[in-house]
Amino acid sequence: MFSTRNFNRSKPVLFILIMFPSLLWAYQFVTGNLGVNPIEKLMDELGLMALRLIIITLMITTLSNIRPLKSIVVLRRMIGLFAFYYVCLHFSTYIVLDHFLDMQFIIQDIIKRPFITFGFISFLFLIPLASTSTNNMIKRLGFKLWKKIHYLIYPVAILASMHFYVLVRADKTEPVIYMGIIILLLLQRIFKKLTRPQLAQ
Amino acid sequence: MKILGSEITPYKTYLNRRKFIKGSLASAMLATVTSSAFANHDSDLSIYTKNLNENDKLNSYEEITTYNNFYEFGTHKKHPHLNSGNFKPRPWTIKIDGLVKKPQTFDLEKILSNVTIEDRVYRLRCVEAWSMVIPWQGFQLSELIKMAEPLSSAKYVQFVTVFRPEEMPGQQKRTIIWPYREGLRMDEAMNPLTILATGLYGHEMPNQNGAPIRLVVPWKYGFKSIKSIVEIRFLDTQPETSWETLAPWEYGFYANVNPNVNHPRWSQGTERRIGEFKRRETLMFNGYEEEVAHLYKDLDLTKFY
Repeated sequence: MFSTRNFNRSKPVLFILIMFPSLLWAYQFVTGNLGVNPIEKLMDELGLMALRLIIITLMITTLSNIRPLKSIVVLRRMIGLFAFYYVCLHFSTYIVLDHFLDMQFIIQDIIKRPFITFGFISFLFLIPLASTSTNNMIKRLGFKLWKKIHYLIYPVAILASMHFYVLVRADKTEPVIYMGIIILLLLQRIFKKLTRPQLAQ
Repeated sequence: MKILGSEITPYKTYLNRRKFIKGSLASAMLATVTSSAFANHDSDLSIYTKNLNENDKLNSYEEITTYNNFYEFGTHKKHPHLNSGNFKPRPWTIKIDGLVKKPQTFDLEKILSNVTIEDRVYRLRCVEAWSMVIPWQGFQLSELIKMAEPLSSAKYVQFVTVFRPEEMPGQQKRTIIWPYREGLRMDEAMNPLTILATGLYGHEMPNQNGAPIRLVVPWKYGFKSIKSIVEIRFLDTQPETSWETLAPWEYGFYANVNPNVNHPRWSQGTERRIGEFKRRETLMFNGYEEEVAHLYKDLDLTKFY
């Protein structure tokens, strides 16, 4: 049995663990240790990390249905905000390092290339989630409306995995695994709603 | 033609140079592989650089051999470098068949003793919008085509990569349909820019770059330059090529470098030269317009991309 306190105590460690890769990559980038094509590498690593964290937030909700892990949900906000942090770094790498703020080109790129369109919409949908993440916002909006807004995590996850799927040229195993996990997590929610409708919020 | 190798090395001298470099390479490989480990190049680097355009700089041996698309060894850029250690590029034969006077199988050594090995410094532009400048050693494909004696009905040339899943771990997975296949129109194949490369930077071709012999067609996207060739067929119809078969809406048979025809995944207007920070403009036909534009004067390049 894990209490809320157990999970809260793990937060500082988790914080450092999740933060660490971004600092490492930044250091490697600056010192020229990110391989032969460092901008591409940085963008790939940041994006993959963001996608994994998004999936983890969905998993946390599912895990919290298991009685002994009920309190794990206290970790969700921090991980969700970290997902947003990595998405922002990923997006700014694309804008600043990859395309040198060439806005005309970037806008064309977002419109014309489906995989970039998916990624960009996913990023836009994350903004309301991140900006309503404080307790104060939950109070101001009311839990019901707040929860409705946060359903946006589903299109975010689906679009983010599609963004990755379309990017990969031939071996789609890894994006398919992520998509599979997302679909399973969504099915679990539908199943829960159907079997216990009286408990649905 | 600025790019054409003015430095023509007789095959024997070339072999000797290669032997010398091979010896020092072996000891260098024991240490960490860095560009500085190949110091023996520095002395004759001018052989390569004197053919360069002022805007181009040679990429290092390390860059060229650790960042590769060669899905036979895995789909990540570093996989070919990491996974190609068990590949055995010798002995090697190339089967010549299709519309030729006499189908036959050539020993690679026999081919090499009949051709002139030259230095050719070419830009290589990948469809993924990155590029490098690579000092190849090789010979004109036209020389081999003359040896093969194709019939006048042969309009296309098809190339096939070796299939050895036990030595090429990427082939154990069906990421694309093996073996890899590519093709050229006969006039493209006969163009003096088109070479079969057997080395780079004076080394025998590294496994990850397509040992022992690969095509280099510098005005086309990199995937046209098929590696580790074991078969060359002469045909009267346009052959199927691997990427076109896999995703015809993305990759065409011609695959000429063209900044004006976009790919659904990558804008082809700009590219990142490996080693450079800011993107640069992509040149029509990768900067070889003068040499090859005439081949396509009757072709709608937006349709035949």
